Amino acid sequence: MAIILDHVSYVYEKGTAMEMAALKDINLVIPDGQFIGLIGHTGSGKSTLVQHLNGLMNPTSGHIYYNGEDIGEDGFNKKKLRNDVGLVFQYPEHQLFEIDVFSDVCFGPKNMGLSEKEVQLRAYEALKRVGLEDDYFYQSPFDLSGGQKRRVAIAGVLAMKPEVLILDEPTAGLDPKGRDEILDQIATLRKETGITVILVSHSMEDVAKYVDRIIVMNQGSIMYDDEPRKVFRHYRELEEVGLAAPQVTYIMQAFREKGYLVNTDVITIEEAKNEILRVLK
Amino acid sequence: MLRDITLGQYYHADSAIHRLDPRVKLVTTLLFIVSLFIINNFIGYIVAGLFLIFLIKLSKVPFRFIVRGMKAIVFLLVLAVVFNLFLTPGETVFSFWKLTITKEGIRLAAFMAIRLIFLIIGSSLMTLTTTPNQLTDGMEKLLSPLNKLHVPVHEISMMMAIALRFIPILLEETDKIMKAQIARGADFESGNLIKKAKSLVPLLVPLFLSAFRRANDLAMAMEARCYRGGENRTKMKPLLYHKQDAIAYGIAWLYVVFCVYFGRIFTL
Repeated sequence: MAIILDHVSYVYEKGTAMEMAALKDINLVIPDGQFIGLIGHTGSGKSTLVQHLNGLMNPTSGHIYYNGEDIGEDGFNKKKLRNDVGLVFQYPEHQLFEIDVFSDVCFGPKNMGLSEKEVQLRAYEALKRVGLEDDYFYQSPFDLSGGQKRRVAIAGVLAMKPEVLILDEPTAGLDPKGRDEILDQIATLRKETGITVILVSHSMEDVAKYVDRIIVMNQGSIMYDDEPRKVFRHYRELEEVGLAAPQVTYIMQAFREKGYLVNTDVITIEEAKNEILRVLK
Repeated sequence: MLRDITLGQYYHADSAIHRLDPRVKLVTTLLFIVSLFIINNFIGYIVAGLFLIFLIKLSKVPFRFIVRGMKAIVFLLVLAVVFNLFLTPGETVFSFWKLTITKEGIRLAAFMAIRLIFLIIGSSLMTLTTTPNQLTDGMEKLLSPLNKLHVPVHEISMMMAIALRFIPILLEETDKIMKAQIARGADFESGNLIKKAKSLVPLLVPLFLSAFRRANDLAMAMEARCYRGGENRTKMKPLLYHKQDAIAYGIAWLYVVFCVYFGRIFTL
């Protein structure tokens, strides 16, 4: 059971002067339970790609299969698909609308036609998952801080209990503490529930230590699709397309150039420390 | 779906029409609209139609783009045609149950349809070939004599410029919010009228909030650049008439003369 993209292309404003190919012949297999980082520079097509995964956008050509069914086929239940593939947009806090936090989180599960009790249970669970304290539940979402609003918005999607969770730049505009908290919570959620998570970002640093696989997009095509360590070996090519490897990669490269035989395939600061200590001993 | 609205959407191309001074385009559009109501025979409308085709060809805007704006007025068009067709007294041509179609009715309905269609195409052509900034600049300059009557011309045109500027932004925003809510299982299409109206709440609340947020940011940004209204404000690109503008005015007036001549003399 997985999501499969088969030669998917998408063209904006086809047939006009503004015509622009956003996706060019994308082939991907996303197996269940994987934690994926989708990286790309602004305008590389990553947001367009994720909107295809839950049927909000339809490919100009090519097919997308979810659990073996073609989602572009007539009669395919898109509503069900959107319940299964939860998408958190960029700046999701801009989509809050209810009078209090709790009702806003209830919106998703309520649309699924669940019972009142189930809806509330899910909303409560979701809010707990994102680490929001009970005191905030009945406040207006507009009175919360930016980071809290973001969490409420993410909870709004989590409450639908998706099998695949896609987050489009979930840490954009947050301070480092807020960023780490949200990413840690997502990692915990994945560990506990085993769902597939796709994290869209333009920062390698953010995703490096969490994900199993990195997909790098550039100008509508897939540039690299591999384990983080292997992707970072191409740090020079990544720089050319406006991306960068994590800072530790550069430090390790510098060590290597100075003649220290360190292993450059490290991702986290912790690993880098151990590696340097090992060589210096 | 929301991208169908052409009004206020500039189509970039390099053409004689695009290069004209916005004042010429505004005045010509106005003359054209007035001419549509002066004309009262079909020969006049043929002249107007040819003029329009000439302008469209000259503007290099694909015809498809111009027609896209028509979708919005289909309902109005049908309504106007139906009312004129059935409610004009005169010589009966066809009668069915309580409805009668008269010769005058057919004529009036046809005129009304032509007028509406030409009106929309004509004004879309102007907005498609003129950027909102040029448009309001032109408007401001044309209306500047009203300043003496203490009409805040600059403020009005600034408001218009901002409003026009925000149309595509808000459309995009609407699209984005709609998608986000659809992703959360919202349904904007099915159900009766009340249910549909209710389903708009998750769309409208964030949209209004975003509009206010943007307005606030813009006001702040303008103040940070020392904006304080129109008095003594100079322009980076002042509007100046060139030779081509004089020619365009000539053509526009020639058209008016033709229209009045053909459009009033004959009775067809």
